[in-house]
Amino acid sequence: MEWFKKAKEGLARQEKKEIPDGLWSKCTACGEIIYTKQLEANCWICPNCRFHFRIASQKYINMILDDGALEECDANLESLDPLKFKDSKKYPDRIKAAQAKSGLKDAVVAGLGSINGIKISFAIMDFNFVGGSMGSVVGEKIARAIERSLEHNIPLIIVSCSGGARMQEGILSLMQLAKTSALLAILHQKQIPYISVLTNPTTAGVMASYASLGDVIIAEPQALLGFAGPRVIQQTIGQELPPGFQSSEFFLEKGFLDKIVDRSQLRDTLTLLLKYFQR
Amino acid sequence: MQDKLCLEFERPILELEKKISDMRDFAAGSNIQLSEEISSLQSKVNKMREEIFSSLTRWQKVQLARHPRRPHTLDYIELMTTDFIEIHGDRYFADDKALVGGFAKLEGRPVLIVGQQKGRDTKQKLLRNFGMMHPEGYRKALRLFKLAEKFNKPIVILIDTPGAYPGIGAEERGQAEAIARNLREMAVLTVPIVIVIIGEGASGGALGIGIGDKIFMLEYSWYSVISPEGCSAILWRDAAQAPQAAEALKLTADDLMDLQIVDKIVKEPPGGAHNDYKSMATSVKNEIVSALDELQTLPQDQLLQNRLMKFRRMGVFRIAED
Repeated sequence: MEWFKKAKEGLARQEKKEIPDGLWSKCTACGEIIYTKQLEANCWICPNCRFHFRIASQKYINMILDDGALEECDANLESLDPLKFKDSKKYPDRIKAAQAKSGLKDAVVAGLGSINGIKISFAIMDFNFVGGSMGSVVGEKIARAIERSLEHNIPLIIVSCSGGARMQEGILSLMQLAKTSALLAILHQKQIPYISVLTNPTTAGVMASYASLGDVIIAEPQALLGFAGPRVIQQTIGQELPPGFQSSEFFLEKGFLDKIVDRSQLRDTLTLLLKYFQR
Repeated sequence: MQDKLCLEFERPILELEKKISDMRDFAAGSNIQLSEEISSLQSKVNKMREEIFSSLTRWQKVQLARHPRRPHTLDYIELMTTDFIEIHGDRYFADDKALVGGFAKLEGRPVLIVGQQKGRDTKQKLLRNFGMMHPEGYRKALRLFKLAEKFNKPIVILIDTPGAYPGIGAEERGQAEAIARNLREMAVLTVPIVIVIIGEGASGGALGIGIGDKIFMLEYSWYSVISPEGCSAILWRDAAQAPQAAEALKLTADDLMDLQIVDKIVKEPPGGAHNDYKSMATSVKNEIVSALDELQTLPQDQLLQNRLMKFRRMGVFRIAED
């Protein structure tokens, strides 16, 4: 059970887990000090405890796609502020700050690429942008990624990383679950493969829509997954959650995942699956 | 009226109504003529109700949607339909009593009717889990939808839930998967689906049985990506800011009409649905029947294409020039 404890510790402290630009990085799960170049060569996986550091979407693209090349589509879609939403910050200001911080227009990057020569429609979420939350832009870009699969008759791969629907766009965010899932029904009917990859964390609205609808669902080790957040569940039931609850390993055990794959093995695993699914 | 059975802003109306009914009782038991006083008080109470209800805040509407005396799914089934036969269980795990469903006749027309049930007293509330479904509830709903499809019966769905249940068992049994699967499957069910939000429409818990061809909202219902309390706890780090969160979330029937998410608002009786179950149920029934009339004339491929496009176009964004 020692191993579960590590996972939990890593998950609990995820907020501080920005990757430092320095020469040395400290693993947030086991505390190991790692030479950053070595970490990078190791797909940002701790060589000591296999903890997967959270990485920017571009790093992922470099690792998975042939030549790290994505022919990006719909890059210029941007959020509006249909609700005139304001909490401690106005929503447009929050978007601007997130854009400046991440260098992205919103929380998903999508386009066309290939994996070992197999052409795919690809989308990847980025937690750096308002917690990877799904508003109209994310929903629309995922919808268009599904439509590109349909149009070109090529497999779809979505790498998810999200705390759920974006509250600041209210009901419009909720309806992105419906929009993306409805299009996946068509993809399903056309028998086009869809592989869903879950990274830490994938929860709530994203998990309750396209992330759960893959023909095959793969997760990184020790990722936090699920519908409700652990804090909400803890408050509801008024007791401590069991160790390892809602981790990738937990959901594999419960039958909701097909496989847990180390990031370093992901490209090979995807290739194999894509080949099996070719007609 | 017991305190807990009425809302703060309803109190002045109820007090005045009590006065009127006392005067009626008094007049009935004596020879004193009070009809003039009574009718003047009656018009006063009507005016007061109109004033209060014409300027309700979003938070007050949320409270009306949760009113302890608000009609629930089984009330509507009883008042709108005949020959209801309930169907139970998801055939995998259990019968989720937070969701009721079965076949019934709506003005003689056979339909499948399904909805979340909240429960009125403590015992019933616990039995119904306050209208919060587990994965087996979503799977039960899907099983019923597939039955309706198999026997070519239209589907009527009444939504009234504070959310899908967040618990250990719910996660273990795949709450997210159950909801996601419903979203995908409902999008391509080959029979017409009419949805009415009768009370609370909280997030994925509501949407998990909420894909259809027509979506109606009662005047004092709400539908949102998150409950005001949940939003307030996350964004304001304090659940007490729920009234403010309700304003920000734009979750009322009027808001959702403006955002082009729902097709129609069903007006409630003066003072809200709980004041007149019968007329409320009649209005809901009439809307459902006329929607079904319209949908049942459509060829199946048109029905499905329309449903897909209905959700496909939802979302507000811009395409930047640079």
